[in-house]
Amino acid sequence: MQDLKAIANRIRRRDLQAVFEAGAGHIGGEMSAIDILTALYFHVLDVDPTAPKKPDRDRFVLSKGHTANALYVTLAEAGFIPRDEVATFLKPHSRLNGHPNCTKVPGVETNTGPLGHGLPVAVGMAKAAQMSGASWRTFVLTGDGEMQEGSNWEAAMAAAQFKLDNLTLIIDHNRLQQGARLADTNNLAPIPPRFEAFGWAVVEIDGNDMDAIVGALAPEARVAGKPKCIVAHTNKGQGISFMQDRVEWHHKVPSREQYEQAMKELEAAAQ
Amino acid sequence: MNAETKLYDCRDAFVGTLEALAEANPEIVAVCNDSVGSSKLGGFRDRWPDRLVNVGIAEQNMVGVGAGLANGGKLPFVCGAACFLTGRALEQIKADIAYSNANVKLCGISAGMAYGELGPTHHSIEDFAWLRALPNLPVIAPCDRAETAAATRFAASYEGPLFLRLSRVGVPDILPDDHEFALGKANRLREGSDLTIIANGVLTHRALAAADLLAGNGIEARVLNMATVRPIDEEAIGAAAADTGAILTCEEHTVFGGLGSAVAEVVVRGRPVPMEILGVPGIFPPTGSANFLLDEFGMSPEGIAERAMALLKRKA
Repeated sequence: MQDLKAIANRIRRRDLQAVFEAGAGHIGGEMSAIDILTALYFHVLDVDPTAPKKPDRDRFVLSKGHTANALYVTLAEAGFIPRDEVATFLKPHSRLNGHPNCTKVPGVETNTGPLGHGLPVAVGMAKAAQMSGASWRTFVLTGDGEMQEGSNWEAAMAAAQFKLDNLTLIIDHNRLQQGARLADTNNLAPIPPRFEAFGWAVVEIDGNDMDAIVGALAPEARVAGKPKCIVAHTNKGQGISFMQDRVEWHHKVPSREQYEQAMKELEAAAQ
Repeated sequence: MNAETKLYDCRDAFVGTLEALAEANPEIVAVCNDSVGSSKLGGFRDRWPDRLVNVGIAEQNMVGVGAGLANGGKLPFVCGAACFLTGRALEQIKADIAYSNANVKLCGISAGMAYGELGPTHHSIEDFAWLRALPNLPVIAPCDRAETAAATRFAASYEGPLFLRLSRVGVPDILPDDHEFALGKANRLREGSDLTIIANGVLTHRALAAADLLAGNGIEARVLNMATVRPIDEEAIGAAAADTGAILTCEEHTVFGGLGSAVAEVVVRGRPVPMEILGVPGIFPPTGSANFLLDEFGMSPEGIAERAMALLKRKA
């Protein structure tokens, strides 16, 4: 578990540096999701960076595609792409644009960016495994504001109808969307009973607590016949004091001073 | 077309071929939006109930699920009324299918004005324009049973996404039973040197009938069946311009952005010749069957022939 926390800290630092150097990115939602990404790639997913397309791999879909850089750094850390390549984030002709591209970046399963796309695709993946009697699992990470997209609820109905207990949806519930708090925009609360009413098994966890994430994603946490929704309570900007829980850090870029301050905090947390 | 000419609903050729393909390839699955009946998937469902994924009335999810099934190793034929499949789920077609290069076959059923009297909400006369604007998505509108079957076989063998535009409006047999579909290749159905008529889908047989009428007036029209709207057959269009000096296009689609536009894009780049684009003239059509509306918009054989004569007057 210490290892996972150390990896998540390293990914946060590399992500911060990349966003600072690129002068763009979605740092708030990256910081909220990095603990989940770390648990998935370094503890949960059966994936192989030397064979990223092996048919029986687990599938992961980053539906909140705007936090692509956190995925790139995670994929680099896991060996899917060279670590050096993260420095090309958003540069002309880089494979690493602002939203992940599965035709270019190994480890990316489907192209996301417009919100509300990942869950329907993940339902199709899980359905394929179910039809084939295969044991691989499908995981999808969405934002919480993203759940305002109607396509997610189409997919939520289908997943329950198909009894996709090989599907896990993780909602990065950081309570903030691009322009304001969810509560002040289109409040989805309470999320858990909504999913329960749609026929899902639901758990709530602290989505920035590695033990809680690993526990919720364990294979034995599967509920037979039901898709699983993990409502992960997180903080936007997690780990950086002045970004945490602040709307403006959705896609603000730190100044040099802020960058140094943020890096100092993350380095201190690594000790 | 005389009174005895038999007309066929190409959906039968589509599902017959799909079932034959599915028998040979267990990874083929059908995906639909409560459209088992209108997509004629009843037979498929009865034979392989576990291989029919009916997501209910939810086109965005239907297309996303198709992409996920392909990722998981299946070969999905996603079938829905063309108007809803393309209009409702356009962003999913763009991001999940074309941009992601998902090996999904999008089958737009009852396209064009096949749902005639149900009105413009149910017409799919913008789909060429919407879909041919997307990279990595071949757009195919077969003209008869043989071409529908051939295009369906091609779809299963082709690695990558594509859109099959299928009608329910009866059409006569045009191509031979053993026709093989070649992507981006027009079929020259009739030779002629005075002008070229280019059509696809339910317009091809009307174009042929128009050419017969023109021949009665001593005008010889070349007729090209151009099922593939993208990638368009630039060679055949270039030859038509060079050899006949005038091009008339006919389509069951708005004149904005469809087959005629695609042909014109090639003509202006190469050898500009006078052109006419026949189609729905940029309005929401009034009440009427598909065949009534096609006649109404000047695409009866007589209407097409008349426009051809007018076009010839502009020929240098």
